[in-house]
Amino acid sequence: MSTPRIDGELKVRGLAPFAYEQRTERPLYLFPVLSRIAAGRVAALDTAAAEAAPGVFAVLTHANAPKLASTDNLELAVLQSADIGFRGQIIGAVLAETPEEARYAAGLVGHSYDESAHDARFRVDHPDAYTPEGVNGGQQADVSKGDVDAALASARTAVDHVYTTPIEHNNPMEPHTAVAQWDGRTLTLFDSTQGVHPARSVLAPLFGLEPDRMHVISPYVGGGFGSKGTPHAGEALTALAAFAADGRPVKYALTRQQMFPLAGYREPTHQHIRLAADPGGRLTAVSVDVTEPTSKIKEFAEQAGVPARTMYAAPNIRSTHRLVPLDVPVASWFRAPGECPGMFGLETAMDDLAAAAGIDPIELRRRNDTDVDPMSGKPFSARHLVECLDTGAERFGWERRRPEPGSRREGDWLIGLGVASSTYPFVRIPGSVARVRYRADGRYEVGIGAAELGTGTWTSLTQIAAEALGCPKESVMLAIGDTDEPNATIAGGSSGTASWGGAIIAAADEFREKFGERPEPDDEVRAESPTVTDAENFSLHSFGAQFAEVRVNSRTGEVRVDRLLGVFSVGRVINARTARSQFIGGMTMGLGMALHEESVMDPRFGHVVNHDLAGYHVPACADVHDIDAIWLDERDEHAGKLGARGIGEIGITGTAAAIANAAYNATGVRVRDLPLTLDKFLR
Amino acid sequence: MIPFAYSRADTTADAVRAVSADPDAAFIAGGTNLVDHMRLEIATPRTLVDVSRLPLGDVIDTADGGVAIGASVRNSDLAEHPAVRSRYPALSTALLSGASGQLRNLATTGGNLLQRTRCPYFHDPTTPCNKREPGTGCSALGGYARDAAIFAATPDCVATHPSDMAVALALYGGVVQVLGAAGDREIPLNEFYANEDPSHDTVLAHGELITGVRLPPPTGAPSTYRKVRDRESYAFALVSVAASLRVDGGHVADVRIACGGVAHKPWRAARAEEALRGAPASAASYEAAADAELAAADPLPGNEFKRRLLRGTLTAVLSELSEEQ
Repeated sequence: MSTPRIDGELKVRGLAPFAYEQRTERPLYLFPVLSRIAAGRVAALDTAAAEAAPGVFAVLTHANAPKLASTDNLELAVLQSADIGFRGQIIGAVLAETPEEARYAAGLVGHSYDESAHDARFRVDHPDAYTPEGVNGGQQADVSKGDVDAALASARTAVDHVYTTPIEHNNPMEPHTAVAQWDGRTLTLFDSTQGVHPARSVLAPLFGLEPDRMHVISPYVGGGFGSKGTPHAGEALTALAAFAADGRPVKYALTRQQMFPLAGYREPTHQHIRLAADPGGRLTAVSVDVTEPTSKIKEFAEQAGVPARTMYAAPNIRSTHRLVPLDVPVASWFRAPGECPGMFGLETAMDDLAAAAGIDPIELRRRNDTDVDPMSGKPFSARHLVECLDTGAERFGWERRRPEPGSRREGDWLIGLGVASSTYPFVRIPGSVARVRYRADGRYEVGIGAAELGTGTWTSLTQIAAEALGCPKESVMLAIGDTDEPNATIAGGSSGTASWGGAIIAAADEFREKFGERPEPDDEVRAESPTVTDAENFSLHSFGAQFAEVRVNSRTGEVRVDRLLGVFSVGRVINARTARSQFIGGMTMGLGMALHEESVMDPRFGHVVNHDLAGYHVPACADVHDIDAIWLDERDEHAGKLGARGIGEIGITGTAAAIANAAYNATGVRVRDLPLTLDKFLR
Repeated sequence: MIPFAYSRADTTADAVRAVSADPDAAFIAGGTNLVDHMRLEIATPRTLVDVSRLPLGDVIDTADGGVAIGASVRNSDLAEHPAVRSRYPALSTALLSGASGQLRNLATTGGNLLQRTRCPYFHDPTTPCNKREPGTGCSALGGYARDAAIFAATPDCVATHPSDMAVALALYGGVVQVLGAAGDREIPLNEFYANEDPSHDTVLAHGELITGVRLPPPTGAPSTYRKVRDRESYAFALVSVAASLRVDGGHVADVRIACGGVAHKPWRAARAEEALRGAPASAASYEAAADAELAAADPLPGNEFKRRLLRGTLTAVLSELSEEQ
């Protein structure tokens, strides 16, 4: 089905209220004071001038801020101590009658510090590097099967290179915003979040509140990409300030510059990848050793080495993760954590192997395809990687690719084609509950605390409910984005639609079973999303293939992507229109990752110097030429009744490798360090 | 944002008087750069004198065959002006390669010339910067220098001037017209920018107002502008080249070159021009001319690539101009 967005008109007309736009009475505006050193303690903050400034209601510091019930999470324990863990940490906050007055007064605060030596320079051979207990996604830090070293030592064809990705920042169009109000009993939080219930489960204990005394509301979100998956310091600060605001609402929207230290980001990855293959190109060993930094105050271990455990058949596989603790801001989820940087490294290495072995890159992937998950030995529920590659090759005109790099030229431009695989696991998080209630007007209320990030939740969940209830879409009144609705899991890990949809289907089925086709008004049921039992017997993963045509200017090194095509196998697609947008959005993020995105850490200061959208480049419209996404027509019967495996993140995985591989085919210059800026092609 | 007073000037003389009399006053026209700086507290004027509605909004043909561009002419209007498109095409191209449509609709000719460097340390009041706070040091030295100058930088400042428009004006021999408390004067664009003291981007005194830019008649040689940047639009130049070239009998008869992204001002490549006069119109000549210019380059760790980039861009631009003849 290709259903237009239910919330489209509201958004186009500016009538869909985002968190910061919620109507409130007599709000106070917050502006934070941020640390200008990366390590040490606040010696003193001189707040006298700020307190005397026009419109100022209060100036909060660690000396006078309300105390939190829990300070275990140092990212969220704002204004609880004088300790500084990174440059840009919140050390104070001004509350004032207008945003301008708050910002002005924040600038009047005098800073003095007891500064300690800081370390913000990432290096792989750092003496403090350590092995984390686990990595993001609940995976083991290190896994191994077979004898990788022996296979590498005896290989006829081998690849042994380092692939790196830089620091990247999320930067959704809507910055992180929150409006908090404490009425003496209940803390109300309008939040820009990827999950109202997950946000409450993190924030309520911070303030010692039982869940029923915290109400989180978030009907619309202007992009999250992982950065709004869990509350960050800005929301904690806004909520904290509400306890010092005499019952008035407190509003805070991070500035773009503040997004860089305070809203999560992707740490750089250093991936040492070694592949060994027999003369036919069949892998005999895959070894991926990942090193990445982590903030000293809160660990985050991105699972960049994980996709290599799933992608290709090999008798010997090893993947490891090491962390280097630094005095830097706290990293978090970022656009397909793990798979995204990991698939840049692995899929560029596969192109290196194809070149070394003299085998077509698609043929190489075909020869290394597998019906069973190489580590677990479980069969894949539906692995259609080769079908995606073949479908894409025909549509994209792969036969026009010349194997010899640098052999196709138009004027000053060198042109090449590249391919890479995509993958993303099927994630269905248990615990989502939906309610269905029949109304006197003949419509059905369907309630679940799900999130709408701009991806189409309002529409797809309405479709799922209508289908499950056997009624027209117009008869469904969906309610989401509110903790007053039943528990919903996070819009993250590409799990939302499958997890929430499973609960809605369960509730609809139960409703029909209990009340039949002719219910009475106020008939209501609640039901929880069933667990996926097939995950015990099958490895559930989505796959895809990405194709890129790239031109590189032989005089200036400029890289332009003329065409991108993604072909995806994701189980059932609920709404073709919003799905296509999501695939293309993911691929555009991959384009940005390939060509532009790089946060530059200046280790002398410990901050990202290009901390705005003038310095941190994301693709402009002119960078996005012909970009298309298609998918296989399928339904994964092992992925629950809905048959869908999720589409949120697979679009970004592999894109950057496809572009880098196309740039190599165009020029013969292999870039293993993202992004593919023009200086890397100048010879 | 620092509290400030706002007034609108009715005449250029009033505007100059108001700002000259108050060391904390500043002119504002389109505001596309100044308002950002005020928000970041890089600029902290206490009084703004709005000059955007002064009668400086016309592009006029001058008696000598050139044009006089009013300081308030919007970048969008200037780029589309028939006289500019037909006689100074590099100026039109340069303008359209800058910023976004929305910004070009607001930004003015005078303001564009006075926009300040995009060096990230200048833009961050928490880091040392001699241009923002004299005497604190230059953070780009030893830091992030991708955008920094390769020509004529000083130990105090390695910032580049970000304007595209100014590079094209420099190519065409633009002259900046200025009104100050002591009267009016004209300053050739090539002498307009300064870097002896990083806190002073130009030779203008406080209170001097740009009223317009005069362009001499075009030479008749084909001209163009090429901007090379990290994405296809909406980014500042890493390197840009405005050039005009006339080929006669296979040899360079007339050439002018101005480069952006490489210095604190639009960089007239005098050495390259000298090397090219009378030389065969060939890629080899263009590369040799670029090398002659680059002999004076002094890049930093992190922007050495600008040598190769300027060489490639200059060669591409001159080749394109000569192929058309």
